[in-house]
Amino acid sequence: MIEVKHLTKRYGNNTAVDDISFSVKPGMIYGFLGPNGAGKSTTMNIITGCLAATEGTVTINGHDVFEEPLEAKKHVGYLPELPPLYAEMTPAEYLRFVAEAKGVSKEEMDYQLSYVMEKTQITSMQDRLIKNLSKGYRQRVGVAQAMLGNPEVIILDEPTVGLDPGQIIEIRDLIKSLADEHHTVILSSHILSEVSAVCDYVMIISHGRLIASDTIDNLSTILVGSRVLHLTVKGDLNRIRQVINRLADQAKTIRYEESSEDRGIDVYDIDIEVEKDIDLRETAFRLFCDAKCVILKLYAETIGLEDVFLKLTREYDEQYRVEQRLAALDQEENAFAPKEDDRPADDSGDNDPRPVM
Amino acid sequence: MFAIYKRELKSYLTNMIGCVFISVLLIIVGIFVTVMNLLYGYPLFEYSISNLTPFLFVLIPILTMRSVSEERHAKTDQLLYSLPVSVGNVVLAKYFAMITVFLIPTVIMAFYPLILSIFGNVPFASAYGALLGFMLLVSALISVGLFISSITESQVIAAVVSAGVLLGMYLMSVIAGIIPSSAFASLIGFAVVMVLIALIVWRMTKNATVAGIVCVAGLFLVGSIYLIDSTLFEGLFPRVLNWLSVFDRFDSFSEGLFDLTTIVYYLSISALFVFSTIQSVEKRRWS
Repeated sequence: MIEVKHLTKRYGNNTAVDDISFSVKPGMIYGFLGPNGAGKSTTMNIITGCLAATEGTVTINGHDVFEEPLEAKKHVGYLPELPPLYAEMTPAEYLRFVAEAKGVSKEEMDYQLSYVMEKTQITSMQDRLIKNLSKGYRQRVGVAQAMLGNPEVIILDEPTVGLDPGQIIEIRDLIKSLADEHHTVILSSHILSEVSAVCDYVMIISHGRLIASDTIDNLSTILVGSRVLHLTVKGDLNRIRQVINRLADQAKTIRYEESSEDRGIDVYDIDIEVEKDIDLRETAFRLFCDAKCVILKLYAETIGLEDVFLKLTREYDEQYRVEQRLAALDQEENAFAPKEDDRPADDSGDNDPRPVM
Repeated sequence: MFAIYKRELKSYLTNMIGCVFISVLLIIVGIFVTVMNLLYGYPLFEYSISNLTPFLFVLIPILTMRSVSEERHAKTDQLLYSLPVSVGNVVLAKYFAMITVFLIPTVIMAFYPLILSIFGNVPFASAYGALLGFMLLVSALISVGLFISSITESQVIAAVVSAGVLLGMYLMSVIAGIIPSSAFASLIGFAVVMVLIALIVWRMTKNATVAGIVCVAGLFLVGSIYLIDSTLFEGLFPRVLNWLSVFDRFDSFSEGLFDLTTIVYYLSISALFVFSTIQSVEKRRWS
């Protein structure tokens, strides 16, 4: 449906989008997730033909956005970050204008207008001036505008920003119902809960690069594949070490350090990371008991999608900084730079966490 | 394209701007027609029209200032880009909408010679010839204003710059008159123009090498032509400046001449600036 290949956008020396490739299949909801300034909006602007790419191609239903823009744009509805509304028009006038410009036929015009207004619940507001509408209603007029012409793909750039919780839920339901009607929806957000609530497929972008792209379920199993047991234990360090050694073969990683809260009185914080399906709580309890150590605190925690996102973007931040420094060195000395090109792909999560022991 | 044209036209007419433009133009024409044709009993309508031209460098910017800049300011240009309409059609729709706004007072003005003919003999041919010339002059000026609006995001800047450029065009013949017409003065004039072109190239491409090459090549060209045949440069620079005096061309119409070259000249100016506007809007996507 949409095929994006090696998309790159540079502003002078600044690379906003760096070699992004992905493809979009019909009837699914895709989410672009990334911190502010990651390149989400730029990517969307390029897909919709609002911006030209420096390199790479975008094809929509087999039409190249740069070669046959008019054909390609017929299949796309777009809501930019700021809804592009004419303040001095009423929603009804505005939507009629957009429908005419999109080439909606006369017979279908009235049906489509009432349909999108019904769907976005702006029918009661249709004769007020847009400049007098609240932000939530403006956003809805923007969404209605994107739905006109019944495009196969609807691209929404941060559709819920600035809305109140009730409106957010309404917009989300609207997006889901669009997918039920076989529209493909691409939305961007920097709010993770939103993406995980609405989208079937997530693409995480950071510093203009696609650092992960997979279904929500897969991302969760790949990265939320572990559970962490947090313990605070009081006792002799040597004994604690012995217990930890016995636990080590079941755990992925074990870290321990002197407790930050009760320093200096033989209290240690221990974090044990285990596979999702292993519950070490009882074993740990018995082992520490046998070793005459007192467990002051014990709780198990699964890593949420939130952590996955933070982990991925932070890891990538580090790598990005290193790359930038190498590139700077390279320019300065004009010598060879060992610029590694190991862009983290879908599997960037399995960064073998090394046991500290 | 028709949808955009319709929206633009409607927005001009429901907004203050279109109404102000139409009413001010009609008031000024009304004053001149009353004074010259009615009170002094002058039969020539083209005189009244030619008196309008100095007011255009205030009126035209009012009409054109928001055409493209406001879209960009309100971010509605993103909608136009994402619609299945080409940039060329968007710009043309805007251009024709402004011309239509101007046509409204022109149609009203077209009745004046008829009204005047009640009181005596009015030479219709020269009156309507002048009205046609006036329409073409305004179309050319609107295209200039449209282009200036497309290079900035601020309506105010667009208005001020447009007014300045139109004033410059209006005074061009005066400026051309005070410039010495010797070959050497022309050489210096062209050299300055070449340097200015190079500066614009540098500003737009941010590429010092290209700008440098343009500058050196331009200066070399001008210099070598001067060395080969300096008589070519006699009075050439003032002549070139005179080509740019869009307003003075209208004089032939107000003298009752139907000048075909002037019509072609105005149409080419319109085409040139509408084309430049399309390029300027298109360039923004590539920045």
